[in-house]
Amino acid sequence: MKVWALHLALIAALFTAQFVLSPYHTTNLARIMVLAIFAMGYNLAFGYTGLLSLGHALLLGAGMYAAGLSAQLWGLAAGPALLVGTLAGGTMAAAVGLLALRTAGVSFMIVTLMFAQAGYLTILYFAPTTGGDEGFTVAAAGRTFAGFDLATDTPRFLSALALFAVGLLVSLALVRSPFGRTLVAMRENEERSRMLGYNPFAVKLAALTISGLYAGAAGAAYALLFGYVGASFATIQYSILPMLYVLLGGAGTTLGPFLGAALMFALIEVASGLTTAYLFFVGLALVALVLFAPKGILGTIRERWVKWLP
Amino acid sequence: MTFGPFLLLALMEGLVTAAVLALAASGLSLVFGVMRVVNVAHGAFYMLGAVLAWAVAQHVPGPAAIAFAAAIIVAPLVVGALAAATDGLILKRLNYDPEATIVATIGLLYMIEQATLSLYGPNANPVQAPFEWRIQLPWFGYSGYKLFVVLAACVVLLTLWAFITRTKAGLIMRATQVDRTTARSFGINVDRVYMGTFALGAGLAALAGVLIVPIQQAHYLMGGDTLLLSFIVVIIGGLGSLRGTLIAAIVIGLCDGVISMFFAPTLAKILATLLVAMVLVFRPQGLFGARS
Repeated sequence: MKVWALHLALIAALFTAQFVLSPYHTTNLARIMVLAIFAMGYNLAFGYTGLLSLGHALLLGAGMYAAGLSAQLWGLAAGPALLVGTLAGGTMAAAVGLLALRTAGVSFMIVTLMFAQAGYLTILYFAPTTGGDEGFTVAAAGRTFAGFDLATDTPRFLSALALFAVGLLVSLALVRSPFGRTLVAMRENEERSRMLGYNPFAVKLAALTISGLYAGAAGAAYALLFGYVGASFATIQYSILPMLYVLLGGAGTTLGPFLGAALMFALIEVASGLTTAYLFFVGLALVALVLFAPKGILGTIRERWVKWLP
Repeated sequence: MTFGPFLLLALMEGLVTAAVLALAASGLSLVFGVMRVVNVAHGAFYMLGAVLAWAVAQHVPGPAAIAFAAAIIVAPLVVGALAAATDGLILKRLNYDPEATIVATIGLLYMIEQATLSLYGPNANPVQAPFEWRIQLPWFGYSGYKLFVVLAACVVLLTLWAFITRTKAGLIMRATQVDRTTARSFGINVDRVYMGTFALGAGLAALAGVLIVPIQQAHYLMGGDTLLLSFIVVIIGGLGSLRGTLIAAIVIGLCDGVISMFFAPTLAKILATLLVAMVLVFRPQGLFGARS
């Protein structure tokens, strides 16, 4: 009960934030929530199932380009475009998973990395359609939802919040369900769960596909809410970022991805005001986390003080 | 030019790529073979070699050859020392856990690249070749320095091979590669072997960076492509085996030269990365089989 109350309280707090924050920070918060959706999907694969992927940028890119291009080429409205993007992320994840899940550990990391690199290069290769490195802006017609213009502040923030809330509550329900326990079983001891009658390949493929749906939704939402689709979102950097968010906030905690995304966003915001080499701090954070706090903030809090944290 | 000389030129360019790639990839292969660590920062060490070569060339007066000779000694040593420090400060504390070290070396990659951006700047800078000498073939002239690179790489790799197979230090390294626990119980200081191996691997990457910099300018992002190609070489060649790495480097270097001259380079890269993924999926025993 108090678990659901905590999550609903976060959503309520985010809702009231729009009345307190300046428009600039409100837009940033919308961006953080979209990135947090991406990170929540990554968390389901990495934090709960133990699948350390280095190729999630491919899934984000799939959602982003599927939504952006279908809005651009076929004039799809925002609602259907979001659906197309989400499904594209899930389909891509399932396709990659069918091959990549034959491997594990380091091989899995490199295979996903290579697939993501191939996807990024494919976007560059079809530059006449995709805009290549420069990308393209999504036309205003594709950015309306039920009569609201998503390019304006309030509808944009509320759409991001709605998507984030759905993503958060679904992931909470998921990890508390029997299926969620199976995911953790895969992470903790795959051989034992196989002996208990589970099919590790099928469970991991399902986890990766759900993760892909999240990534696809985040990519599509980014394209539709912020109006820009670019190849930079398919680069390795966007595979690293969700991993960083999850590691920082706490892998295997439902609120960790949002916390990590918000803190990292703030850190990069401050750092990029000081230096052009702000990615230095991303690297520093990665090394420091893996060395000193492999469980992340919420993971440590859960271990020490608040045992009931999901 | 007709097709024949054109192909010859492509092959010669490919041979230079292959030579540099063989150096960089053998470092990566060595580190994975002995330590089971996938060093994502390997490309950053290569880049550091190139940038340090530029820095040394700025500070050493006199003819280009002397500056270059200084760079070829200083840069690998500095990078090797940095790698040894990294090993002691980060990798050892992670107990060489394969997944944690990948995350840590990704962080290291960002830190090295961004520190270079701060200190060195976003521009690409050239370093003068140690000698200006051209070979005049009937169809085209060719830079003598590029042939020197191929020759130098051969000498270094032969030395490396002799070091690993013919010296006591090499024997200790191979023993650690086969079984680190048994090696330790025989009194081998495994920590020192790991530190040395990591430094040696990084030094080889830096050496490759120094050799390439008179051909290709030094830039803070130049490590990315080399890292990717080294990965491809190491995976196709099969890990732990230096011979496999060398053969793969030659094949891939030559293919790269020919393909990028006749076809779209992006398409070639897409096919190469997909090929690597497929090799890992369907023939993992060639690479990570021993571990799993």
